[in-house]
Amino acid sequence: MGDWQFFALLLSNGILIGLMYSLIALGFVLVYKATDAINFAQGEFVMIAGFVVVGFLISYGAPLWLSLVAALLAMIAFGFGLERAMLRKLIGRPIIAVVMATIGLAAVLRGLGPLLWGADTKPLVLPIGDEPILLEPLFIPPIQLVGATVSLLFLGLFGWFFLKSRKGIAMRAVADSQQVAMAMGINVERYFALAWAMTGVVSALGGVIWGNMLGVDVHLSLVGLKVFPVVILGGLDSIPGAIVGGLIVGVVENVAAGYIDPFVGGGTKDFAPYVVMIIALMVRPYGIFGKQIIERV
Amino acid sequence: MKTKPLLIALLAVAVAAGPLATLALAQDKTIYVPLFVYRTGPYAPSGIPNANGFNDYFNLLNERDGGINGVKIAIEECETQYDTKQGVECYERLKGKATFVNPYSTGITYQLIPKAPVDKVVAHSMGYGMTASADGRWFPWVFNFPMTYWSQASAFIKYVGAQEGGIDKLKGKKIVHVYHNSPYGREANPTLETLARKYGFELTLLAVDHPGQEQKSTWLQVRRINPDWIYLSGWGVMNQVAVKEAATIGYKMERMVGNWWSGSESDVVAAGDGAKGYKSMTFHAAGPGFKVHQDVFKLLYDKGKGATKRELVGEVYYNRGMINAMLNIESVRTAMVKYGNKPLTGEQVRWGFENLNLTEQRLEQIGMKGMLQPLRVTCENHEGNGKAAVQQWDGRKWTIISDWIEPIRDVVRPNLEAAAVQEGGKLGYKMRDCSKEK
Repeated sequence: MGDWQFFALLLSNGILIGLMYSLIALGFVLVYKATDAINFAQGEFVMIAGFVVVGFLISYGAPLWLSLVAALLAMIAFGFGLERAMLRKLIGRPIIAVVMATIGLAAVLRGLGPLLWGADTKPLVLPIGDEPILLEPLFIPPIQLVGATVSLLFLGLFGWFFLKSRKGIAMRAVADSQQVAMAMGINVERYFALAWAMTGVVSALGGVIWGNMLGVDVHLSLVGLKVFPVVILGGLDSIPGAIVGGLIVGVVENVAAGYIDPFVGGGTKDFAPYVVMIIALMVRPYGIFGKQIIERV
Repeated sequence: MKTKPLLIALLAVAVAAGPLATLALAQDKTIYVPLFVYRTGPYAPSGIPNANGFNDYFNLLNERDGGINGVKIAIEECETQYDTKQGVECYERLKGKATFVNPYSTGITYQLIPKAPVDKVVAHSMGYGMTASADGRWFPWVFNFPMTYWSQASAFIKYVGAQEGGIDKLKGKKIVHVYHNSPYGREANPTLETLARKYGFELTLLAVDHPGQEQKSTWLQVRRINPDWIYLSGWGVMNQVAVKEAATIGYKMERMVGNWWSGSESDVVAAGDGAKGYKSMTFHAAGPGFKVHQDVFKLLYDKGKGATKRELVGEVYYNRGMINAMLNIESVRTAMVKYGNKPLTGEQVRWGFENLNLTEQRLEQIGMKGMLQPLRVTCENHEGNGKAAVQQWDGRKWTIISDWIEPIRDVVRPNLEAAAVQEGGKLGYKMRDCSKEK
């Protein structure tokens, strides 16, 4: 394999993985965009969705399509329920209260998942095969192609929703100022619930795709770690930012691991995206596509 | 009726009585065993079966034999989440009652090594921890039998040599070590480098950063190198992703061998059929087919006293937990031969660990014949004379496919002794004279 072929492979992998990071980051952005809340439990949402799918597949012997539908419905219900039971009470409270609540929620979910479905790793098999698609010099695992396609589709869908639809515009208004939105007759609580339900949908998709790649157990929640460099780079409230941030993180970590790691004994893969993030923040403190007035924690 | 004051009073009594109850337990005629477990946290898929194996073996002894020679075993779990800080907290909390501990993490072991001689508590890191501590002359309170990472790596090279038609045939072959970028993962590197120089194979070291849920770039490098063999030292999610990635790049799975922390059920199920043929090193057999398991089913599971689901008995980490418990027990039993059938002190238990002689006959008596090899520990050699084997995943279960492999001791031991001088020196230790030990 020549040098340029190796680079092309790293690049293609970075792009595909980056788009899959974007999908997870999208769940974070949706909540932040609509409610100004920072969700530290995004990875755990993905894990729970994965558990629901394999729970239906393995424990109840349900077909895959039914398990997927069940996971989507369960995650929507989970989003609604969470908003109603926990987050609604925090409306108007300092942002740090929501942050701490989601950190606590993450810990609870990491314990709850294995408690309900068992701690052993469960395979989440999709009918797409594992044989890579060969497009010399590239070879693309089918799950990555599916993951990237789903990501783009939903990123586009939610982008349209926020820009063009009435509900999306209302959600943006709620995020800008809850008081003004209320004064304009917008039912703030309903839109909060909608945002969390949308995050549930994205988490269900992420759970299926990443669950197929990693297997389903408590490790699945670790994909949430990638959300932060992605959204801080792209902008906390920006859907295009989630795409660009994901792509940058995916490509930078792959290229760094491919070319720098062999000389320094590893470690640059996770380090490099953060270096890029710091540089980007020095130039644009609110992220590449972020709103200029953002309160960070 | 005012229930609140009553409730507060009851709680106060419970809080006050709690430590007294523990004290009474410790003073009773029992052997106290603290269990460092990680039933929660990111490594729970490995920690849960392991903890269950420990529990079932100790409970089996209490049910079947009334403990060790009539001295009951009292277990207390402490949750570490595989986190060094929490592990040290567990140790500090429980060391007053303990005579030995199984840290169950290389990071925790490193922290406990200087504490063990001070507190007179044996630290047994079974197949993990600091390799240099196998030199008992420098580390009297630390044991890592039945084998160390270095011996394991040398057994892997010996196995690969045999597969290639002789160890001399390794010259010019390419071997890649994909390892967790941590002290644990790097542990095998010096041995592999020494053996690469000795036998002339080309070694490439590829680190995967924690946690390792995305490692495509590493496997693209593997694809570029196209090695003859891969040795995997992974942990947690890194293993399942590595196995899956290897399958994705079309690597022949029968040429990929994990170390014994990369060879459990949870490491292979995510890769589905792609993992078929994957191998790993081990020092014990998997499966529920041994006599000890029959006893466990009869005396625990049939009475509803089992620690896990019946069908999970015999998983790799379950059996490893059982074997670890058995090695602890047999060491204590060895000490009882000298000091009597009673709760022992840390120093007495240490003597038992150092004089453990687990024969084929004894393994048969305890229902573990064929599950692991006989083992003898000495004052000088705290890893014992253990042997490794290679097991293979057939898509459903792990099966041992090799003979028991003797490590390349003439390479490992001198390096180990040199490392012990260095590590012992750092701690201000002096080498003891084993000829003076009784």
